[in-house]
Amino acid sequence: MTHHLLSLMTFLPILGLVAVLFIPRENEGLLKSFTLVVTLLTFVLSLPLAFDKVFKTSGAMQYTEFVHWISIGHYFQMNYNVGVDGISLWLVLLTTFIMPIAVLSTWHAVEKNVKGFMALMLLLETAMLGAFISLDLFLFYVFWEMMLIPMYFMIGIWGGGRRIYAAVKFFIYTAVGSLLMLVAIIYVYYLAVNAGLATHGFSVADFYKLSIAPATQTWLFLAFALSFAIKVPMFPLHTWLPDAHTEAPTAGSVILAAIMLKMGTYGYVRFAIPMFPAATQQFLPYLALLSVIGIIYGALVAMMQQDVKKLVAYSSVSHLGFVMLGILALNMEGLEGGMIQMVNHGISTGALFLIVGFIYERRHTREISEFGGLAKQMPVFATIFMIITFSSIGLPGTNGFVGEFLALLGAFESQLRWFAVVATSGVIFAAVYMLWMFQRVMFGELKNPANQKLKDLSAREVILMLPLLLFVFWIGIYPNTFFSKMDPAMEQLLHQVKGTQQVAIVQPAQPHHVELKQ
Amino acid sequence: MDNLAQIAMKSVNFAAIGPSLWLSCFGMALLLINAFTPRGKTAHVAWISIIALITSGFVAIGAWNHHPLLVGFSGSVVLDNYATFFNMIFLIAAGLTILMSDEYLKREGYPVGEYYPLILFTTAGAMWMASGTDLMTIFLGLEVLSISLYVLAGFFRGQLRSNEAGLKYFLLGAFSTGFLLYGIALIYGVTGSTNVAQISRYIYLHRGAVLANPMALAAMVLLGVGFLFKIAAAPFHMWTPDVYQGAPTPITAFMSAGPKAAAFAAFLRVFFLGLGGMRGEWTALLWILAVLTMIVGNVIAINQTNVKRMLAYSSIAHAGYALVGMVAANTIGVSGVLFYMLAYTFMNLGAFAVLVLAGKQGEENLTLEGLSGFGYKKPFLGVAMTIFLLSLMGIPPTAGFAGKFYIFAGAVKAGYVWLAVIGVLNSAVSLYYYLRVMVYMYFRDPTENFGWVKAPVGAVISIVLSLIGVFYMGIIPGAVMELAKRAIYGS
Repeated sequence: MTHHLLSLMTFLPILGLVAVLFIPRENEGLLKSFTLVVTLLTFVLSLPLAFDKVFKTSGAMQYTEFVHWISIGHYFQMNYNVGVDGISLWLVLLTTFIMPIAVLSTWHAVEKNVKGFMALMLLLETAMLGAFISLDLFLFYVFWEMMLIPMYFMIGIWGGGRRIYAAVKFFIYTAVGSLLMLVAIIYVYYLAVNAGLATHGFSVADFYKLSIAPATQTWLFLAFALSFAIKVPMFPLHTWLPDAHTEAPTAGSVILAAIMLKMGTYGYVRFAIPMFPAATQQFLPYLALLSVIGIIYGALVAMMQQDVKKLVAYSSVSHLGFVMLGILALNMEGLEGGMIQMVNHGISTGALFLIVGFIYERRHTREISEFGGLAKQMPVFATIFMIITFSSIGLPGTNGFVGEFLALLGAFESQLRWFAVVATSGVIFAAVYMLWMFQRVMFGELKNPANQKLKDLSAREVILMLPLLLFVFWIGIYPNTFFSKMDPAMEQLLHQVKGTQQVAIVQPAQPHHVELKQ
Repeated sequence: MDNLAQIAMKSVNFAAIGPSLWLSCFGMALLLINAFTPRGKTAHVAWISIIALITSGFVAIGAWNHHPLLVGFSGSVVLDNYATFFNMIFLIAAGLTILMSDEYLKREGYPVGEYYPLILFTTAGAMWMASGTDLMTIFLGLEVLSISLYVLAGFFRGQLRSNEAGLKYFLLGAFSTGFLLYGIALIYGVTGSTNVAQISRYIYLHRGAVLANPMALAAMVLLGVGFLFKIAAAPFHMWTPDVYQGAPTPITAFMSAGPKAAAFAAFLRVFFLGLGGMRGEWTALLWILAVLTMIVGNVIAINQTNVKRMLAYSSIAHAGYALVGMVAANTIGVSGVLFYMLAYTFMNLGAFAVLVLAGKQGEENLTLEGLSGFGYKKPFLGVAMTIFLLSLMGIPPTAGFAGKFYIFAGAVKAGYVWLAVIGVLNSAVSLYYYLRVMVYMYFRDPTENFGWVKAPVGAVISIVLSLIGVFYMGIIPGAVMELAKRAIYGS
């Protein structure tokens, strides 16, 4: 069972999808509950990972599976090569954790073509989990591209007014970047083949061992970095994000923000940085500059938004800037801060999109000026919204503080000191735009008659938010639960990044792999 | 005289043309059967043709890995693995085409039985092109293929567009055949032979002299133009959009897969084997043409509002991707071309099969607007079309992705990284116009009720088979790729 835990977890949603296809489309309740059950089961299946102590002691890949998938003589080999370590662990869990919440959020929000929506949700979950657990770059690429299709349809079919524009833009932006990455992947593979290292196909672990000439690294890194930068998104490649987020249905926005954006930052941590350490050093200042611009620009633009959802979307650009800055610090504090901030952003921005969804379902508008004084009418909602707002700002005691603080601390201690100093102003801006928005929406007089009849959150909506609140405080108060399982993997990563320049030894193929070469 | 006949008979080996002979016999028998069939009753002709194709498929498979090599007619025909791989592509393309045709012909008002034997003859011609090892045999195959196709393209004789397609294809086709023949004549002048193997030997032995001989270069260019015209590579693509748009939809589908693969089969054999000694010269040319073809096809496809015409331009782009594999000229690249031809057959014929069903009589609604909301009204066809389009875009896990991956991998391995980069950027351009079809199918509300869309058994079978092909070659591409590799290595 534990041998195939990851596969089971990853492909369970696809099995669910097949079953969904046989449920009659009129039976919307069953479709929704069935999808919820499947995503919950996936979450339960992923739980053993959360309680496994092995991550505290070992930075190596756990739960690995290795199956030959495609091999064409000795010309090509792709393998089904998956595993989890401290880097992907929390992202996998975040995915399985957010999905049931996203499904639950569709209960009243999605009424058109429910069957299609649920099928796409399940396809999306498999693709996202697959991308996080892939240790073979070819496999990763397959899942990475597969992710685009369901999200494209989600935005395009169930989205808002400018959904077509947003969907096409989203698809083309992300696909263009990844196509260039594909060429780079092939190139790295042949480098590995020539070095006698590609005995496991497109295995990332093998690619880590390569010592690639700096000039080549530059190009390869650029191809990878571009693809991931679009996904993060980093300034100035972020323009697809506000459109996609704003137009997507609530569940789509939640998944997009909470999980899919993490693919970009995860890509840096797992692939771009450790595979091309020299190029990383070379581009470090530029990437850091773009991150800082993203932090400040995202915050300033968010401040000026009239639409709550757009505001949250732009705040993502800002938050992901902190994540990138932490990662680029390339020290323990920065990396762990960046990683935990990925999870934090998933929780708090996911929650913010849900909150926007709640008021949109009630009022069918997201204009800030339409609201005001909601706190009196909806006290439970106000409390939850408040907590999430604090979490997003990074108030001490909430998860956001831990992540941003560590990321900035890491950057301050590294060569990126001055970037960190400037980036800190982003925290203040975050407080400005979030609190200002909160004040305009929740406080003041309840003038608008349409708001006077609003109902407070239903039991379903509260249940939806409770797990998110739990983690807001858990990570905020005792983050060590999460850090302790990240430490060994992070140390190993740092060793890879910092050590490779000296280690540069091309190891010969190990004897027991020779039979793979037919 | 006796002696002469004996010599002639010695080299006759019918086994070497087994599959095509079988098809031709069936074709002629069907012509006779048609003579006794009342107009409008063509279903049985279609099914008999299917049987012909399947049985011919068995004959063709029998030649796989055959020892000794099936050579015939004084070494002018060979039924090796390479020919067999392509034969299977032709048979699949013809089969899928026939399956989607019958109801369509009735709907359009041309239920004429001669349609099917013509497809069989086209397929037989294609087979001769793939197994021809003599330029004359290849030429013969090309003519049989082309002449049948001229008729098929203009099959709807009452429709102006169809007439235009037939005539245009005929005129330009004849012109390109002239180029090819001129090339054959010149290469004969240089090397003293029309046999591909002997040409190859001559060029390797007298490499310096041949390369210095302008006639040899002229021959290479002329042969190239002849083939490039048939695969619709830029700048010899001008005929494609009009012909593809005007021809009956199943024939358009067939032309973009079967005959194009045939041209590639002959192109690859003549250039890699026959003109292998001049590879340096022709790769430089093909590099530029591959880039041009990809760009022209993709950029013009963006502007099309007629889906059929859009697919026509995109098929130009796809020929460009295949040329990339040819430029790479290594195992992975060339077997990638073979793989891609088969993958393209499935995905393109599948997409056209959906279009065949979606069209009204007279095909007035094959525009993007006409497909508005199609995905909701016809869920299965919508999903199928989406999958074919994703495959054409090259999104995993579909056959189109695997094919492009091999081709670009071949290019990277051969050191043509920039060619691969240009290729993927072109893929990115193609995303836009393929996505647009989905936008209309799913993101727009239906303007029509699509009540006329009926799904006859044949067309549904061809869609399902194409889906299986697209997924099989996308998820487990290894097996087909292995076959493609063996096809180019002989065994």
